[in-house]
Amino acid sequence: MQLQLFVIILFLFSPLVPQENAGQFFSSGHTNNWAVLVCTSRFWFNYRHVANTLSVYRSVKRLGIPDSHIVLMLADDMACNHRNPKPATVFSHKNMELNVYGDDVEVDYRGYEVTVENFLRVLTGRLPPSTPRSKRLLSDDRSNILIYLTGHGGNGFLKFQDSEEISNVELADAFEQMWQKRRYNELLFIIDTCQGASMYERFYSPNLMALASSQVGEDSLSHQPDLAIGVHLMDRYTFYLLEFLEDIHPSSKANMNDLFKVCPKSQCVSTPGHRTDLFLRDPGSALITDFFGSVRKVEITMETINLTEPIQQVEQNFVNEERQKETYSYVDQLPVSEIIHQKPKQKDWHPPDGFILGLWTLILLVFFKTYGMKHLKHIF
Amino acid sequence: MRWEETVVEEATADKEDTSAPETVVQSSVPQPKDDFQEELVIRPLHSGDIYASFQFRTLWETDFMRGNKVSHYRLFPKSLGQVISKFSVRELHISFTQGYWRTMQWGQPFLPSPPGAELWVWFQDSVTDVDGTWKELTNVLSGIFCASLNFIDSTNTVQPSASFKPLGIGNVTDHRFLRYATLPREIVCTENLTPWKKLLPCGSKAGLAVLLKSEKLFHSSFHSQAVHIRPVCQDWQCKTTSWELRQTLNVVFDLHTPGQGKLEWSLFKMFSRTLTEACPLASSSKIYIDITDDPQGEQFEVSPATHLLSQAMVLGDRRTFSVYDLTQQITFGTVRSLNLLIRWKSSEDMLRPLLHAERYVAGYGLQTGEIHTLMYNNHPYRSFPVLLLDSVPWYLRLYIHTLTVTSKGKDNKPSYIHYQPSKDRVRPHLLEMLVQLPPNSVTEVTVQFERALLKWTEYTPDPNHGFYVGSSVISSLVPSIVAMDTNSTREQPLFSSFFPCKEESSYFMRVYTEPLLVNLPTPDFSMPYNVICLTCTVVAVGYGSLYNLLTRSFQIEEPSPGLAKRIANIIRKMRGVPPL
Repeated sequence: MQLQLFVIILFLFSPLVPQENAGQFFSSGHTNNWAVLVCTSRFWFNYRHVANTLSVYRSVKRLGIPDSHIVLMLADDMACNHRNPKPATVFSHKNMELNVYGDDVEVDYRGYEVTVENFLRVLTGRLPPSTPRSKRLLSDDRSNILIYLTGHGGNGFLKFQDSEEISNVELADAFEQMWQKRRYNELLFIIDTCQGASMYERFYSPNLMALASSQVGEDSLSHQPDLAIGVHLMDRYTFYLLEFLEDIHPSSKANMNDLFKVCPKSQCVSTPGHRTDLFLRDPGSALITDFFGSVRKVEITMETINLTEPIQQVEQNFVNEERQKETYSYVDQLPVSEIIHQKPKQKDWHPPDGFILGLWTLILLVFFKTYGMKHLKHIF
Repeated sequence: MRWEETVVEEATADKEDTSAPETVVQSSVPQPKDDFQEELVIRPLHSGDIYASFQFRTLWETDFMRGNKVSHYRLFPKSLGQVISKFSVRELHISFTQGYWRTMQWGQPFLPSPPGAELWVWFQDSVTDVDGTWKELTNVLSGIFCASLNFIDSTNTVQPSASFKPLGIGNVTDHRFLRYATLPREIVCTENLTPWKKLLPCGSKAGLAVLLKSEKLFHSSFHSQAVHIRPVCQDWQCKTTSWELRQTLNVVFDLHTPGQGKLEWSLFKMFSRTLTEACPLASSSKIYIDITDDPQGEQFEVSPATHLLSQAMVLGDRRTFSVYDLTQQITFGTVRSLNLLIRWKSSEDMLRPLLHAERYVAGYGLQTGEIHTLMYNNHPYRSFPVLLLDSVPWYLRLYIHTLTVTSKGKDNKPSYIHYQPSKDRVRPHLLEMLVQLPPNSVTEVTVQFERALLKWTEYTPDPNHGFYVGSSVISSLVPSIVAMDTNSTREQPLFSSFFPCKEESSYFMRVYTEPLLVNLPTPDFSMPYNVICLTCTVVAVGYGSLYNLLTRSFQIEEPSPGLAKRIANIIRKMRGVPPL
């Protein structure tokens, strides 16, 4: 309501803004895009899950989201795995047509770091203070976030690294925390696992849209094996999703209804599902690039801006003259005589142990019992 | 796209200004000078493999420590500069390695590194809480290099008491400010190479860095990339210091087609790229090819030919190199691209490396075992001291009373031992020993250990793979064949000026052993699920049946009558007559 009012005011008071772009300018309400892409499976035979995640990563990067706004979590390393006959590559199509790993990839969480705890901490923002920026989801209330999960799942849970699970209730609660802390404007949740639709059944926060590759009771199937590599390369849903996204370019007008049509039952064997009842806008008005691409709001202005004077640097005496010149030298790398005669490190003093204290107390007690208290004054 | 082109244009304009002081602002005081050099050394190895070592060095005459905040970064990467000033780092050495360096087949590397990730840092003496600063530094570095360095904590960090003396200048060496940690499990892949390449001034767009394509680099027997930051002397007087950042990348390529006759390698075959220009920001950009084994040119053939030769003292030996200077346009010839082609015949005999080490685990079963470390001294008549540093995780409980050091069958007492026992879940074992290796001998260090049973949450998701024990580090002063050059500020190629040289008769070397992979007693993680299923089945079947037997009672019930009888019963009820 307030947004529409603002649009009208802008229409009236800024004739410079081209009329046909003004509607789109404020239609979605987001100013930045983030993506959290997670592959939860370990071991070489789960190559396809890593390929799934990397193909979405590739599409999202191609459509404009920079690495600093992507949190990529891969639970195992397939590219430089010793079983990979072509190192530093992860292929999505057989006959090695498309290398989705590429030459410019930044993985933020890898290996043992991909745990349920870290995933939920990234979503809710409760990370230890020394976590670097590339590992944080620094979204605000004007961010559109894309969350993509893939791996092995079941009815109501998703398996992380073969040793723990995340349930749909936890996920729904995490999204509610994000809503309460105003960490997203709109969120698109895509999951490609067996019985994936069960994961979005429990969502209750507003502005969420969810897609899954299969309904409850159905398995998501993999697409095709490559005989040279020896494993299945991709899952069907993500394979057709990648094909669909390859046709999208940053200024494309395709909307979410086209995304819901990706991978019908004839191609996917499972029935993909989606959920839009929590999404406040009409899915037909939400563009694919609202989530997969990055906002590029360029405003052309004719004003001139005067640059300030270059910074005058204060006269610094490079303190070489003032300081007395001490000669430095390189340190001896293996000073044998010095090492042999090294004094042992001073152990930190600890207060006496309980046993020693008890023993001394006993000795003192016995002493004073035997000789009487009047001898105390001789001591003190 | 347009933005990148602009940067390159500015860079070429600055090429002439690299030596002149920067006058970005109108002031009479010049900005600190910075200098960038790059070089590539190619050495054909005796096993038929080929060893390529890239070194990129940035020198910067600035002072991060003196209070005035550095804000204008030019060639020195800003992310590392901020790390140095924020954490008061005096020296930082970090390396990521995939593969193990085979000393007996390949000789000695220019810059040794252990498999996995290794990080050692000297802090300034102004730091009050070294452990806290270390933890924050590892987290920040894990973000910069996209590696899981945040797994470095007190359980795998040690404080060596005699090894790892600073490689830069300094007068004080209090080992309280040194921390050392390795992650032998760390994987190196393109995601580590990408941020490493972004630290270079020219990125991977110009100069020698265009050769760094991940598909070829990781398809190799050995790949190691490292970053070394340290303060060095500016000139021979050494009154002022400048910061040196060295980025090194060592790679050994496999030879796929063994055959008789000459082996042939080219830059295109190794890297799938050729060179077209030097980095415009570099003051020197050179390629060195090691032709020592064949100065006459019978075994070797390098094309395009070059008449520039240089000799350098490296690893205790004087070696001859043909040099290609990329800053000269004639190097690229008429085709404007340089593709070096090397044909050589490998000779059978190789000078045996003087120091070599191996390590393995002996024993059987999942309770006890024994770690054996073997150190070989292959010098015919000289003995030299080595410093062995062993850091063993707490879950292998070492029995130090069983430590034995034997050379040639006799007991060899170390002249210095420093042992810090482990504390469960807090600290690893640290063992440092200074051992004199007799000439032409094998020294064996053995220690027995017991394997601990971990708590079930401490196991990794794949515990049957095993647990890694980091490599041992052996530092030594090895006698050199030729007199080494102790003048540290003479113009030397980068690969020979890494370790500072104080005496002429020996040079400093570090050797890393293999990491160990040890199986710990692993519980069967499917047992809780099995137990629950079995118990529930037994309870359901057993208790259910018993309950039924005890509480079920039988009653006689008439079968329900047919339709005709029901209608008749209704009529009879209406009439007031008892039903049928």
